[in-house]
Amino acid sequence: MLTQIRPALVLLVALAAVTGIAYPLAMTGLAGAIFPAKAAGSLIERDGHVVGSALIGQNFTGANYFHGRPSATTATDPADATKTVPAPYNAANSSGSNLGPTSAALAERVKGDLDALKAENPGQPVPVDLVTTSGSGLDPDISPDAALFQVPRIAKARALAEDKLRDLVAAQVQGRTLGVLGEPRVNVLALNLALDDMGKR
Amino acid sequence: MTTNGWIQIALYCAVVLALVKPLGAYMTRVFTGERTFLSPVLAPIERGLYRVAGIDARQEQTWLAYAGGMIVFNLLGFVLLYAILRLQAALPYNPADQSAVAPDLAFNTATSFVTNTNWQSYGGETTLSYLSQMLGLTHQNFVSAASGIAVAVALIRGFARASTKTLGSFWVDMTRATLYVLLPVCIVFTLVLVSQGMPQTLGAYVDATTLEGAKQTIAVGPVASQVAIKMLGTNGGGFFNANAAHPFENPTALSNFLQMISIFVIGAALTNVFGRMVGDERQGWAILAAMGLLFVAGVAVTYWAEANATGVLSQLGLTGGNMEGKETRFGIAASALFAVITTAASCGAVNAMHDSFTALGGLIPLLNMQLGEVIIGGVGAGLYGMLIFVIVAIFVAGLMVGRTPEYLGKKIEAKEVKMAMLGILCLPLMMLGFTALATVVPAGLAGPANAGPHGFSEILYAYTSAAANNGSAFGGLTANTLFYNTTLAIGMLVGRFFVKIPVLAIAGSLAAKKTLPASAGTFPTHGGLFVGLLVGVVLIMGGLTFFPSLALGPIVEHFAGAAGQTFSTGG
Repeated sequence: MLTQIRPALVLLVALAAVTGIAYPLAMTGLAGAIFPAKAAGSLIERDGHVVGSALIGQNFTGANYFHGRPSATTATDPADATKTVPAPYNAANSSGSNLGPTSAALAERVKGDLDALKAENPGQPVPVDLVTTSGSGLDPDISPDAALFQVPRIAKARALAEDKLRDLVAAQVQGRTLGVLGEPRVNVLALNLALDDMGKR
Repeated sequence: MTTNGWIQIALYCAVVLALVKPLGAYMTRVFTGERTFLSPVLAPIERGLYRVAGIDARQEQTWLAYAGGMIVFNLLGFVLLYAILRLQAALPYNPADQSAVAPDLAFNTATSFVTNTNWQSYGGETTLSYLSQMLGLTHQNFVSAASGIAVAVALIRGFARASTKTLGSFWVDMTRATLYVLLPVCIVFTLVLVSQGMPQTLGAYVDATTLEGAKQTIAVGPVASQVAIKMLGTNGGGFFNANAAHPFENPTALSNFLQMISIFVIGAALTNVFGRMVGDERQGWAILAAMGLLFVAGVAVTYWAEANATGVLSQLGLTGGNMEGKETRFGIAASALFAVITTAASCGAVNAMHDSFTALGGLIPLLNMQLGEVIIGGVGAGLYGMLIFVIVAIFVAGLMVGRTPEYLGKKIEAKEVKMAMLGILCLPLMMLGFTALATVVPAGLAGPANAGPHGFSEILYAYTSAAANNGSAFGGLTANTLFYNTTLAIGMLVGRFFVKIPVLAIAGSLAAKKTLPASAGTFPTHGGLFVGLLVGVVLIMGGLTFFPSLALGPIVEHFAGAAGQTFSTGG
């Protein structure tokens, strides 16, 4: 065994230097040079300050914005550091709900959200993504149906024609990659930025 | 289920299959010491490393020395990683001011990465500094994967060689796996991932002011360089808590597809390396066919289950499948496919929360791991795991016809079968033994977040994942406690080394044997009959061992859910 220590030690340290230092640092330099905006986190600036990342969902609650999906992320309770409190779209602590298929808490939460949405837009089927939390709690997207479902509320809040809003949603739909991969979706932050821009014109 | 979903699944299988031969050919050249197109760059680096380390690249090791080298290397790797985690507060590259990792969590995490499990008791963005992520985790992602590949290559040599005591050099195999296979692919893969939007920066977390005026702190970091090896090396430990569900860790449907490819590609290609090195590529295809059958069956069940949603959702009139815990950009099909891939391989990355899968959708990932992750499997670990089952299958076939079993001209005798059984039996011992313990002691019962059978499934999944060196979780379980951190780490160690060491013993024993020429009575091991026998042995051994535990967890939950029953905690 003793004769094995030198090769083990030298290879461990050398490969640590190569794969643990040189490789990530070289990649950071290269990625920053080729894709500077993406490597930094796809940040979106408005009037000189960062309003978010194109890839990270935000907690929209106002009636005048499109809402994202429910989020199960939490934060440390300011009153008691051993506990956590709900903090939707906390981008410094990603997490899903981890509620199982027979969880009573899940059934209750979904029913509550569902009733609120049904009251907001009666008679329309509620898209499932609007009442289920995402895996990360930071899902930036909703389905096109989920965006269209919210059009009447926003039209009322902003005193805009529903048709114009539907056109806006349609323009923001991203299809499947290469026509095959993933699912069609709408980025909520991009949609809301476009919504604000529409108001300005 | 949609046609498009099936097209995605078929496309995935086609791309992996297309890569098997070219990568298999390249890796064969790497491990037989031939020149490759990267040799002009890498050979001088390799020679320099060996000179400093005092390694003679031509000097081969017996199985004991090979195993000894691997153990010493892993032990030192553990010490280094543990030290980095404990000292991270005093080390550089810590812009978020993470404090030192607690001793039990550092022990668990170091064990987890050295054993290629990558179980996440840690929270990524809330626990680890950038240095811990790079020098600690990224480094072990490379070398633990390389150790797995090395052991598989040693076992292949055991089959391919005759009348010799040696299996090659652990140092050379491990170094070459890192430098010639993992690193070059990762360099290209990292840049592709950044092009999809994955961050790669040493800058601090960003404070944004949202459109509604709230403050949002956005965790970033050197993500892409770690994710590339996390997938390719079937490690699976996330940069972020939410792993590959996090939009920064898996930004687009394309990044998702490429990550899924990279989980399987080396494991699948190793079957081809096996075929080439034993001189009959058909032997490799037969093993890949057995793996492929089990894989496609698993995908079909999980996709069907997730597309049909849960009792809770359908009772409320919601359609569109079980989207709880899934991301919009992936949808049902790509989430179900990912879950089966990550547990068939010993990856353990997740792009959707398995805890929120339907009962049957979650059963398949659990079963994949319980079968020993032999469906493609971890890099190296999948092949040697499946070859253990091959030995058992050949033994069973030999018993049925009353002949001494042979595989590839090697007589399979008592020693090989005993070692194979040792490797197979240590997994249920850890998975079921610790689950039983955790369901009776208060420290164990404090873990589950869900009530009823799902709580049991959370515990069973944790120990299954640890012993199988997978690392995915039913994430509701509060596992960052002294009890779980310690018992899970023991499960990981036994699951890794009590398989690897018997495998090397088998390799040593096989290499010493003569190779017998095939005769009329030899059972052909490249045809459909053999594939069927192998699949049967895997399923029967797994089924007999684990069916009772599955009945207590996902199966009873499925029927309870179908009957509209829900369970509440604390009630």
